Amino acid sequence: MPSVGKGLVIGHHQVSDDMYEIEFILPAMSAECEPGQFVHIMPDMDNGPLLRRPLSLYDVDKKSGSITLLYKVVGQGTRLLTRVRNKDYVDVMGPLGRGFSLPGVAQNVLLIGGGVGIAPLIYLARALKELGCNIKVLYGTGTRSELVVFDKLRQIGVEIMPATMDGTVGYKGLVTDLLADKVNPSEIDFIYTCGPEPMMAGVAQFAKQNGIPGEASLEEHMACGVGACLGCARKLKAEDQHYIKVCKDGPVFSFAEIDF
Amino acid sequence: MNKGLINPGELVDISVNLGGVKMKNPVAVASGTFGYGREYEDFINLSSIGAIIVKGTTLEVRNGNKPPRVAETPAGMLNAIGLENPGIDKFLTEYLPYLNQKGATVIANIAGNTIEEYAAIASRIESCQGIAAIEMNISCPNVKQGGLQFGTNPETVMRVVAAVKSETSLPVIPKLSPNVTDIVEIAKAAEAGGADALAMINTLLGMAVDIKKRQPVLGNIFGGLSGPAIKPVALRMIYQVYKEVKLPILGGGGIMNYQDALEFIMVGATAVSIGTGNFVNPHIAGDVAQGIQQYMEENHIKNINELVGIAVK
Ligand SMILES: Cc1cc2nc3c(=O)[nH]c(=O)nc-3n(C[C@H](O)[C@H](O)[C@H](O)COP(=O)(O)OP(=O)(O)OC[C@H]3O[C@@H](n4cnc5c(N)ncnc54)[C@H](O)[C@@H]3O)c2cc1C
Ligand SMILES: Cc1cc2nc3c(=O)[nH]c(=O)nc-3n(C[C@H](O)[C@H](O)[C@H](O)COP(=O)(O)O)c2cc1C
Ligand code: FES
Repeated sequence: MPSVGKGLVIGHHQVSDDMYEIEFILPAMSAECEPGQFVHIMPDMDNGPLLRRPLSLYDVDKKSGSITLLYKVVGQGTRLLTRVRNKDYVDVMGPLGRGFSLPGVAQNVLLIGGGVGIAPLIYLARALKELGCNIKVLYGTGTRSELVVFDKLRQIGVEIMPATMDGTVGYKGLVTDLLADKVNPSEIDFIYTCGPEPMMAGVAQFAKQNGIPGEASLEEHMACGVGACLGCARKLKAEDQHYIKVCKDGPVFSFAEIDF
Repeated sequence: MNKGLINPGELVDISVNLGGVKMKNPVAVASGTFGYGREYEDFINLSSIGAIIVKGTTLEVRNGNKPPRVAETPAGMLNAIGLENPGIDKFLTEYLPYLNQKGATVIANIAGNTIEEYAAIASRIESCQGIAAIEMNISCPNVKQGGLQFGTNPETVMRVVAAVKSETSLPVIPKLSPNVTDIVEIAKAAEAGGADALAMINTLLGMAVDIKKRQPVLGNIFGGLSGPAIKPVALRMIYQVYKEVKLPILGGGGIMNYQDALEFIMVGATAVSIGTGNFVNPHIAGDVAQGIQQYMEENHIKNINELVGIAVK
């Protein structure tokens, strides 16, 4: 059951030029979290913007009751969030939304993240590892300094294939080109992806062409985060009459449901 | 007085009667911001809320506007949902029973393109149990033809209110649009049409521009502005109407805490509604009701009605 509460911040670090990791303690919320879900956070309770900001669950430790988020500074809200310090409290609502579906038996899974879109795939990788899955992660960014989650991925124990646009690490080019070049589709049972829409569109196309099922995590501007305001509407397929609500029906959808 | 000897909760009465709607406390949640209640049930006890005003309902299903539908603005937000809703019949059969089962006080909010549509929805509701009142959205700025025209012309306001009144025995609460030159004239027209109370204010028509894309932010171009940015306008309009019209007022627009709610009560609102505030604090309705009660206890006010209009000169 989702809740709203104040999390005690126990870690907040800058991890790249414009990305931060924030960890806070909220045991009741942490216990409910599933990969792919998100929290709705107040960047600043006193002087901040009006609305909450949706951020994916990047890592969750149910034993210590902590939740960690990975965010990129893009505007006023995320800029204010950077000012939160250790031992401060952050006002958080969650976990919200429908997360990734997990396989019933161990599978060969491929996780494809672009930029800060890698965030939800970390907690997902942890859950998949516990299920005994064989996990390969394709991770694309602009340059070496933006590849921020290596430590966590190594700790979880997955195979990592990075791609950078400038070739400073790993494959030179788009992560979707890396996918087409280096991945043997017959070795993959399921694909999970999160990142820029053109990237996810490319991934979904690859999956469909090769008959591999999979899921993508979508974004839409939100107000309530719980399906009440009908603000985060989106048509999954061009011919649809009905608008789904990304916050409640998603943010995760299967490739079969979406036409990018 | 030694307050410690008496249970404070027994000292003050915060229940109100809004034109025939009995509310256990003066705090309602505003239409379109609380879905059909269920969306928020994990965060607040639905039966503890003064009244839940559900999402605006039309005769037929509506799919709503194309996205983006919401945008944040300084101290506020714009919305152009376009009255997405499943239609009155589905609301009555699929959403209402749950709210009734939870013991919620439910106010329906209706909208239409024609006077006949308003009347038809009202008569469907009349045949059902479990609704405490009908709020009429005559001010939704998003839907072409309907919305704005009804709420901005005194003659049509009177006629549409009278048409709904003639179809129902429930209290009828027209919700006034602030997008008019003379709000008192519109309020008087609603009174002449037989309104039992007035709800005010709905959102102020506005827009925002994305300078990167060089186009309006909202898919619908225009949207309704809500949140703290509109509070001063709402207070001013309620003050004006309270002086000239006898009907009880459900006041709202930018309420974020109990102090805001008290401002509305002091300029003449019998009860208040909270919209955008729910998005920020999902149990705000309970917090505000509690804050009002505490304020009354601290200031030795026995009955909330003593505060209604107290700041009006
Ligand atoms: C389900 C979901 C999960 C997300 N997870 C992450 C994550 O793990 N890490 C991360 O860095 N970002 C994530 N985002 C994007 C993040 O919500 C935005 O970057 C953030 O809201 C920007 O706020 P701002 O005030 O800094 O920017 P501004 O541009 O000033 O924000 C203005 C308004 O637009 C909204 N907005 C702006 N960009 C987005 C966006 N891309 N998606 C949704 N709303 C937006 C803001 O919430 C705010 O209401 C996620 C978005 C969604 C919908
Ligand atoms: C997302 C959203 C949807 C709304 N939908 C409706 C609606 O369907 N019918 C209606 O009468 N008012 C609707 N409103 C207006 C609110 O009920 C309320 O009158 C307005 O937002 C001002 O109050 P606030 O500042 O507390 O939000 C909507 C407001 C928002 C923000
Ligand atoms: S953000 Fe309100 S319905 Fe999704």
